[in-house]
Amino acid sequence: MPFLALSPQERESILSFLGIRSEEELFSCIPEELRYAGSLSLEGPYDEQTLRARFPLPREAVLFTGGGVYRHYVPALVDAVAHRQEFVTSYTPYQPEISQGTLQAIFEYQSMMASLTGMEAANASLYDGATALAEAALMSLRIKGVRRILISRATNPTYRAVVRTYLQQVGDVEVHEIPFNPATGSMDISSLKSSLGSDAAFFFQNPNYFGVIEPIEEISRMSTGFALWGVVINDAVSLGVLSPPGTYGSTLVIGEAQSFGNPVCGGGPLLGFFCTTRDHIRKMPGRIVGLTHDHNGKQAFCLTLSTREQHIRREKATSNICTNQGLCALRAALYLSAMGPIGLRKVASQCASGARYLRKLLSAKGMETVFSWPFFHEFVVRMDEKTFERLEQEGIVPGIRIESFYPEISDGVLVTVTEMNTKEDCRCLLTRL
Amino acid sequence: MVIPEDLLYTKDHEWGRREDTSLRVGISDYAQSELGDIVFVELEKMGTRVRPGEKIGTVESVKAVSEIFSPVSGAIIEVNDSLEQSPEMINTDCYGDAWMVLIAMDDPTETAHLMGAQAYRDYLEAEAK
Amino acid sequence: MPFDETVSTFPEHREPLLITLSSQGKNSRLVPEPFDAGDLDDLRPAEHLPVLPDISEVETIRHFTRLSRLNFGIDQGMYPLGSCTMKHNPKISEEILSRFAAIHPADRRAMQIILSSIHTLAGFLQEICGMDACSLWPAAGAHGELTGMMIIKKAVKAVGQDRTTVLVPDTAHGTNPASCSIAGFITKNIPSGPEGFVTASLVQKHLDGDVAALMLTNPNTLGIFEQEISRIATILHENGSYLYMDGANLNAIMGISRPGDMGVDCMHVNLHKTFGAPHGGGGPGGGPVLVKKTLERFLPVPRLERDSSGLFHLSLHYPDSIGMVHSTLGNVGVLIKALTYLLSVGPDGIRKAAATACLNANYLKKKLRETFDLPYDTPTLHEFVLSDRKQKDAGITTMDIAKMLMDAGFHPPTVHFPLVVPGALMIEPTETEPLRELQRFTDAMERIAEMCRSGPGSVRNRPQSTPVTRVDEVHAARNLVLTWKDAESIGSEQVSK
Repeated sequence: MPFLALSPQERESILSFLGIRSEEELFSCIPEELRYAGSLSLEGPYDEQTLRARFPLPREAVLFTGGGVYRHYVPALVDAVAHRQEFVTSYTPYQPEISQGTLQAIFEYQSMMASLTGMEAANASLYDGATALAEAALMSLRIKGVRRILISRATNPTYRAVVRTYLQQVGDVEVHEIPFNPATGSMDISSLKSSLGSDAAFFFQNPNYFGVIEPIEEISRMSTGFALWGVVINDAVSLGVLSPPGTYGSTLVIGEAQSFGNPVCGGGPLLGFFCTTRDHIRKMPGRIVGLTHDHNGKQAFCLTLSTREQHIRREKATSNICTNQGLCALRAALYLSAMGPIGLRKVASQCASGARYLRKLLSAKGMETVFSWPFFHEFVVRMDEKTFERLEQEGIVPGIRIESFYPEISDGVLVTVTEMNTKEDCRCLLTRL
Repeated sequence: MVIPEDLLYTKDHEWGRREDTSLRVGISDYAQSELGDIVFVELEKMGTRVRPGEKIGTVESVKAVSEIFSPVSGAIIEVNDSLEQSPEMINTDCYGDAWMVLIAMDDPTETAHLMGAQAYRDYLEAEAK
Repeated sequence: MPFDETVSTFPEHREPLLITLSSQGKNSRLVPEPFDAGDLDDLRPAEHLPVLPDISEVETIRHFTRLSRLNFGIDQGMYPLGSCTMKHNPKISEEILSRFAAIHPADRRAMQIILSSIHTLAGFLQEICGMDACSLWPAAGAHGELTGMMIIKKAVKAVGQDRTTVLVPDTAHGTNPASCSIAGFITKNIPSGPEGFVTASLVQKHLDGDVAALMLTNPNTLGIFEQEISRIATILHENGSYLYMDGANLNAIMGISRPGDMGVDCMHVNLHKTFGAPHGGGGPGGGPVLVKKTLERFLPVPRLERDSSGLFHLSLHYPDSIGMVHSTLGNVGVLIKALTYLLSVGPDGIRKAAATACLNANYLKKKLRETFDLPYDTPTLHEFVLSDRKQKDAGITTMDIAKMLMDAGFHPPTVHFPLVVPGALMIEPTETEPLRELQRFTDAMERIAEMCRSGPGSVRNRPQSTPVTRVDEVHAARNLVLTWKDAESIGSEQVSK
């Protein structure tokens, strides 16, 4: 098989050094009845060329899909640098002296995420936006002893599902969904008001799952009504054009940053981010990198506040997370550095402008958006299943059908436009309708 | 290892100093040296009622966490807030400025269960074996 | 004599913080602007640009490239980090994966190739583990553990019980008790036996009607096969409890012994350890969960299904499922890499890899067991644990040995773990290490021991040939500087422009 490095002769010499006759004997400590005698039904071994032939390039399609995973252009330098083996083939930076590269890159990532969200600290990443929200809910139980988690129903349905999965493990906590206004697509503020309470933490996605911008200022004015509140960022690129959510005073800003330099790749790996204020750092889940110095006084970085984590605090840890999305965070740092402030603003604006362009075209064809409130780069229209599937067959995926998550929006399709789409794409969709 | 003669000790390496019907509590020299450089201290709030073995605080080094337990029953009537800013004091002055809390004891005779200096010294020696 | 030369392969300089390279207007990147930047007032765009460094492309590339050179990866040298299985990461996996980069999960047609690939992977994993069903979505080992414990909790509830205890041996990874806690269980630590494995009689002693499961790593973190695992499974099952296996060390036994045959009910595997996917400096990983038939209905949704026409679908309609654990299909890219690995090595290769991993580990152990303390003399498989007991008298600890190894050009082994061995050094060379490198490692270890005897002073204050010397972690924890802004506020000279 490939990837081994011992010659037959070296094998023999090790066996004789160990005083055994065969490799079988290495396993004599395994009870005989547990030694597998069959032959595994696997495929291979395949050479590289055969492997490549096995995985054909997929056909290209015109896509207007998003819904939590976003197609954004990944600058060439991101792959060029992120593929460096020193980053790819290293372990979690537990030994700081030979991991300064990973550590400083994560520190840069933390700095940029904190800056973009308007918060004081960020962790080194979590699995995805959904588990970040679940961790946020668990943290609010921990720091404020809340018994109710309020989540706007216009938050990504998969996120809400993951929160439920996590919270059903904890007794005596209620997950309560705040409905959205069927006309505007934004959360129903009066419903929220009636759910206020010091025993509750409130989370909502912004822009929400329908693309609609939530009235964050109005919510911030109600913040004394909750034990804490947090904003879940949908498509981190939106931070390029919207005001940093942290400036409104939320305790947590979390979400999905796959958009920063990570390809869609069938839905993963994604990049959950988690930002908070300074007074809550010690209760945060996940790894954190800090700046310090070495014994000669030279600038150095290391993992810090590790006593929160599972390898030290075990069952009392703030989270069980160990391996996270390190390389994806590095890619995000590379992306943000490559784009810069103007680049990120332009990309975000292009997404929004493109979405408005397409909406106008659709509206001219009598296809109106379901919701009236301003959106970022996604909006909901109605399209019957037959048309949707015909378009799919023709190589145009007009969006995501959301009826299974929102039965009240019959034939609802979530349409997303990013800077990866062209005017040509939009016209193409229109002519095939 | 410094073990002042006038203090009382627990098996969890807290020390106590009788002050009338109250007990001032900290951690022993042995405890601080086992933990190494202390980087963080979190103490229970003033007024918290505690019983023997209940948590009065948490002390952290870079690689370890240790909970500090109350030797007696009572209410916390003083908390050494300065430790929050200067946790390293526990390494330099664990029997002095780095005291942690003062507990007003429900029953001052409860300290009879605690070890004297010699008993604690013997206990440490036995533990080392 | 690697330490006297201390010829560093790392660059000398200190890399400035990215933000210090920033200067307004320097980034000249062009962005396509097909759409007229029309009226976005309804969005109420932020008044100010996002606060990010403004840097030229060349500086971005140089900054991060220079950072990469401060790192140590498997492609540079041996990385014998116990229980982490730092084996070679085949490059063809990256190549294959890049073909899938542009597939959006909502593009149902294009997703077929991904779904069919990961369906194949699931089948392979079930075959290797002797388990009946699989969920690929957990994004890392700890995520897999948590998912597994949620499954067990649901199964216990399904028969109307409310068991709250999970037994965890003292050799377990910290993630085990932490995952149990999040799944709402209380963990009870049980000691491993004198020979370094858990005995059935010991488990029996801790069993009662409240025990939902035992979590066992096999082989365990001492590298020892849990010899009584079948008997343990039987007594657990008789008690109505489940056996969970942490598959962190599966590399030792893949193709050799199957957890399913041992009586394991539920387990996870680590794709980034056992199946050749890179660790990425801390992820992304992959922690698929595998179960026996009895637990299948509790697996997370969505479930991967294949219809009569051969097409794959994702279904949410499993009423007994624990629910979703990830917003999509987990770390899809890592799944593809694991599949590529398995196809590259094939069924015989899997077995051969395990055997070679054990061969290499036993070679190192036999070479080092006289010079260093070997706390457990039980036969071991792919890894083994030494301690610093023999060097301690000279005032040299495990950490000193670890740091000294860096000066010899190695990544150190896992240190201070498992907790049952004070001053532990946990060594796992993996199957992909050449003999020459193994010999270089034992030479370095011998030499360190020699230096401990003759002049321990030269062992302290290591490493010296690395980009930075010993890092002041105490300072980092006492003075939290977690962002550029923090650095600026303490007036770090690096940040002042």
